[in-house]
Amino acid sequence: MKRMKNLLFLLAVVPAIALAAGGGHSVPLDKAPVNPGDMESLQRGARMFVNFCLNCHSAAAMRYSRLADLGLTEEQIKANLMFAAEKPGETMKVGMTKSDGKVFFGATPPDLSVIARSRGADWLYTYLRGFYRDDSRATGWNNTVFDKVGMPHVMWSLQGEMVPVYRKEGEHEVVERLVLAKPGSVTLAEYDSMVGDLVNYLVWMGEPAQVQRKQLGVAVLIFLGIFFVVAYYLKKEYWKDVH
Amino acid sequence: MSAMQKLMGWIDDRFPLTATYKAHLSEYYAPKNFNFWYFFGSLALLVLVIQIVTGIFLTMNYKPDSELAFLSVEYIMRDVEWGWLIRYMHSTGASMFFVVVYLHMFRGLMYGSYRKPRELIWIFGVLIYLALMAEAFLGYLLPWGQMSYWGAQVIVNLFAAVPFIGEDLSIWIRGDYVISDATLNRFFAFHVIALPLVLIALVVVHLVALHEVGSNNPDGVEIKKHKDPKTGIPLDGIPFHPYYTVKDIVGVVVFLMVFSAILFFAPAMGGYFLEAANFVPADPLKTPEHIAPLWYFTPFYAILRAVPPMFGSQFPGVVAMGLSIVLLFFLPWLDRSKVKSIRYRGPIYKIALALFIVAFIGLGYLGLLPATPIATIFAQVFSVIYFLFFLLMPWYTSIDKTKPEPERVTG
Repeated sequence: MKRMKNLLFLLAVVPAIALAAGGGHSVPLDKAPVNPGDMESLQRGARMFVNFCLNCHSAAAMRYSRLADLGLTEEQIKANLMFAAEKPGETMKVGMTKSDGKVFFGATPPDLSVIARSRGADWLYTYLRGFYRDDSRATGWNNTVFDKVGMPHVMWSLQGEMVPVYRKEGEHEVVERLVLAKPGSVTLAEYDSMVGDLVNYLVWMGEPAQVQRKQLGVAVLIFLGIFFVVAYYLKKEYWKDVH
Repeated sequence: MSAMQKLMGWIDDRFPLTATYKAHLSEYYAPKNFNFWYFFGSLALLVLVIQIVTGIFLTMNYKPDSELAFLSVEYIMRDVEWGWLIRYMHSTGASMFFVVVYLHMFRGLMYGSYRKPRELIWIFGVLIYLALMAEAFLGYLLPWGQMSYWGAQVIVNLFAAVPFIGEDLSIWIRGDYVISDATLNRFFAFHVIALPLVLIALVVVHLVALHEVGSNNPDGVEIKKHKDPKTGIPLDGIPFHPYYTVKDIVGVVVFLMVFSAILFFAPAMGGYFLEAANFVPADPLKTPEHIAPLWYFTPFYAILRAVPPMFGSQFPGVVAMGLSIVLLFFLPWLDRSKVKSIRYRGPIYKIALALFIVAFIGLGYLGLLPATPIATIFAQVFSVIYFLFFLLMPWYTSIDKTKPEPERVTG
């Protein structure tokens, strides 16, 4: 029987190992500093978002008024963050049409409402820090995690211009790392932290109810914990006479 | 006579309320030795109720229109009061329904609950499982994300593999040449009306059949063989209410703790309950690199892919996948063992069941992955084990060395 158990274990585990070994070829992603409780970071991220992203990308599910959840008053939202809308109840739309976007960039810039839920925070964090100069591209930019991306480096004035250092891998040349060729208005460390804020905001925007969700979850589990004790002793009491 | 008794008497003269209550609750005698595995039947009923109630509220705000569907789900998540809670209850409920149903079916396999005289309970149960798969598949199109769209495309294309009529059949199902607004509308209708009605009807007959013959138990012996000569009540039976109602409350609370832990802290379950790619709106012009169904379908998806195309047709794979479910219906007659419960079965059945479980979970895991050559070989091995579990069952259960069953239930 013991031998049988070992055999079953092997049968179950071997495919997992064999398949895990043939992993993907994707670029390793950097860990994004996501903290949905950090209001100041989220506010800075929101400002980054409306300044840099919201010119081409919409966030059609996101209303400006919801930014109040980040500790902002309606006046603050109107004065600092609403450039393309009249009323705070409106969603974050863009003036550029879908077909214009396709003509300008080769693909319509995707809506960003839930981009953090489809791409993941780490992908976004790495992507937004992964632009480098590439003269073979129409925009003059390429990206380490999204090869031949249609989007130009919108935040180049902040980060500056990065150039790639290549490494030979068999036949191909792959980008090993990026080095700063022409500094931008902030240091690379400051840029990382700004992108961190932006990604933090994108994660929050992907599900604005997430903070409330977790808070409610704690309360629900405490309630169920108490309910369990009551239910358990009720059952015990009733089952006393079952032998 | 109190006013309450008068009222009950008035009703009972016109409708068998007291008689029904007695027959199904207070005087339905269930074996006293139910264990952990017997929670999942009532839990399945609980999840069905959760799905129906949350589904009604979702329907109030969801728009079954290919232009509006994706954003209407986000509208529910953001602007509808408690919409996020209702939506997550429904999406978590869908996966938890399968968790509960798989455990419930495994219980049946362990204790021989499908054996005579419970063949029809089992058959109704397999029909519920089929209806549930259809319900889940139809519902998954509604959020109109990339996986909704391309998952539906892949599954409907399976019908196109049927010889001769396949192409027309798939167009008839979709109402179009590709998955489109017409498909979304009809899937919505089936998801919110047709299949829930079928499911509820099947659950009713499943329970009526169960209460007709009585519940099996972990020993697989009939409690009706030993009745109190005076009262006619099975000696090892206890009234379902209050004993199992109070016990099931404990099970319900523990289940709700697991359910809430997922719902409030990991509603996407790392991409298993809500796939990341489904947060991209459906795009008929952009096929995703890797299309995987949700986890509860992956064992069958792996069987489908394990069968190589023959004569340039995917049909053999489709047949194998269909057969893997059809075989379940025959289980009551494939099992020739003298005993029902795994407690008194011999080593052969125990090994066969363990292999089957490993194969089923293995197929489920492989179905999530892209079909690499090595994955396909494993899927083929597991598929063969899956089928042999059923096909060889008449042989290995009849030669297996069983232990004698006890006369009465134990502990």
